[in-house]
Amino acid sequence: MGAGYDLELVNLTKKYGDTLAVDSINYQFKAGSYVCLLGPSGCGKSSTLRMIAGHESVTDGSVVLDGFDVSYLPPAKRGTAMMFQSYALFPHLNVRDNVAFSLRMKGVDKQARHAKANEMLELVDMTQYADRFPAQLSGGQQQRVALARALVTQPKVLLLDEPLSALDPFLRIKMRTELKRLQRELGITFIHVTHGQDEALALGDELVVMNNSVIEQSGAARDVWAAPKTEFVAKFMGGHNVITFDGGKVALRADAVELSDTGLPATVTAVEYQGGHVALTTATTAGEEVLALVPEATFFQSPKNPGDAVKLAWDEGRLHRLQS
Amino acid sequence: MTRNFIGWLQAAPLALILLGFLVAPIIMIVIVSFWGATEYSIYPDFQFDNYAFLFGSKVVWKVFFATFKYAAIVWVLTLTIGFTVAYFLAFHVRSLTWQIALFLVCTIPFWTSNIIRMISWIPFLGRNGIANQTLISWGVIDQPLEWLLYSDFAVILAFVHLYTLFMVVPIFNTMMRIDHSLLEAARDAGASGFQTLVNVIIPLTKPGIMIGTIFVVTLVMGDFITVRFMSGSQSANVGRLISNDIGLLQYPSAAATAVVLLCTVLIVIGIMLRFVNIRKEL
Repeated sequence: MGAGYDLELVNLTKKYGDTLAVDSINYQFKAGSYVCLLGPSGCGKSSTLRMIAGHESVTDGSVVLDGFDVSYLPPAKRGTAMMFQSYALFPHLNVRDNVAFSLRMKGVDKQARHAKANEMLELVDMTQYADRFPAQLSGGQQQRVALARALVTQPKVLLLDEPLSALDPFLRIKMRTELKRLQRELGITFIHVTHGQDEALALGDELVVMNNSVIEQSGAARDVWAAPKTEFVAKFMGGHNVITFDGGKVALRADAVELSDTGLPATVTAVEYQGGHVALTTATTAGEEVLALVPEATFFQSPKNPGDAVKLAWDEGRLHRLQS
Repeated sequence: MTRNFIGWLQAAPLALILLGFLVAPIIMIVIVSFWGATEYSIYPDFQFDNYAFLFGSKVVWKVFFATFKYAAIVWVLTLTIGFTVAYFLAFHVRSLTWQIALFLVCTIPFWTSNIIRMISWIPFLGRNGIANQTLISWGVIDQPLEWLLYSDFAVILAFVHLYTLFMVVPIFNTMMRIDHSLLEAARDAGASGFQTLVNVIIPLTKPGIMIGTIFVVTLVMGDFITVRFMSGSQSANVGRLISNDIGLLQYPSAAATAVVLLCTVLIVIGIMLRFVNIRKEL
């Protein structure tokens, strides 16, 4: 299919009374990419998504899709479709009618809309469940139906509001693959809101990390993880230690920390075996916590216990200075 | 075994009450409906005279028809008003505090008795009542309206006033359980407000509508006092037929009418339940 459409946020702002939920953010989504909006709860990511969808009014600024300012259009006129966190399937309609709902609202005749719905159900591999009701489906199946229902409108941008949070961990990983495959096949932009960094890293071509109503950092997934700009991003993305060094804060990847004979003295406070790695939590003399992910084989050559004194070392080049 | 026994024991109090105060009286009524009666006595018997008279009498047919007419008109009006009120409370009032507050306001009329609420219409609707006087002083009418009181209009007005809340409560209850994201999903799919109402809200509210309908229909069909007071004894329904028979000590005839009314109401409810499954609501 097509190469996707440009979506841009311009000074987008949302206020609830006096509370600022989204503070004048600017962002240009790359057409046809999988973008993850990431952040802790209350950071404004959901409000941003809902403003793009049209389910939340824009206080100031605009949402520009494919060259048009869609900020004041109703949801269905924008070219976006939303997949809801709880799926929001209509309990009184069977799967096929759920998927065909938007076509029925447009007045498409029964035969045509059922044909289209069947096509969508095939896309998400749910054809055999077309006559069931949502209550008769598992969480994963409901999600596929919700996806088919959103896609039947042929949106330019698909908005997903924490789509995997209601699934168990096993299904979550399976659906992750599925979402990514669909996005590749359809070639449209997916904007996926999540608070899980592993989900964001697994899915996102691009990450937008939000905190306190603003975009903290954005860019390719690998760039964000490898080079967090701020202490918040480093901590939120995980796998990083934030320590004070030369009078400033630096980020140090946990898997870059080694145990050696010389280096920063520290005391082991916890040891956790994680399979391929052993996670050693240590406390430096300055009282800062440093996590070291030591390869399993290396660790068991000289095992450590809580309370043991160790020396932490790393390659100078792996220290990454943070903006204060 | 013992578990079974404890289970029966726990169910026993309610079962006994229902047996003694519901099942036994109904059986008694059914038995008496086959008895015979003269002007001054009733005697045990097994005859179909009472039923034969009921089904043979034109007046009885007319009264049954009138009862259905009241039930149908009152149902339409209470449903329209009840649905609108419930819709407003459930979807337009945003805060839970206000929802509860306004809901309690709806129940205020129930702090006084049924009969008082009914009778209080009389000075309002009478020939020289507030309604007529106001309309005359506004110059809308020259003569007092005669049909305001002691008419079918008054009967239906009182019924609607008395029973609309029985429609509001179950509908409101069902509506409160509708996930608001469904409404957003409908909007996302391009449904207009009216389309959402017809395609999402009404289908999902059906069980509540049905429970309200059962309340209103059974109450209206079983009523006799409202019809008597508000029609000034000029209209009749089945309830009044029964009360008249009782007044004349014609118990077997009254019992037969009651049995027929009971069966009629049960059939009506049975038909309605064919269309809507209310089990989820109970």
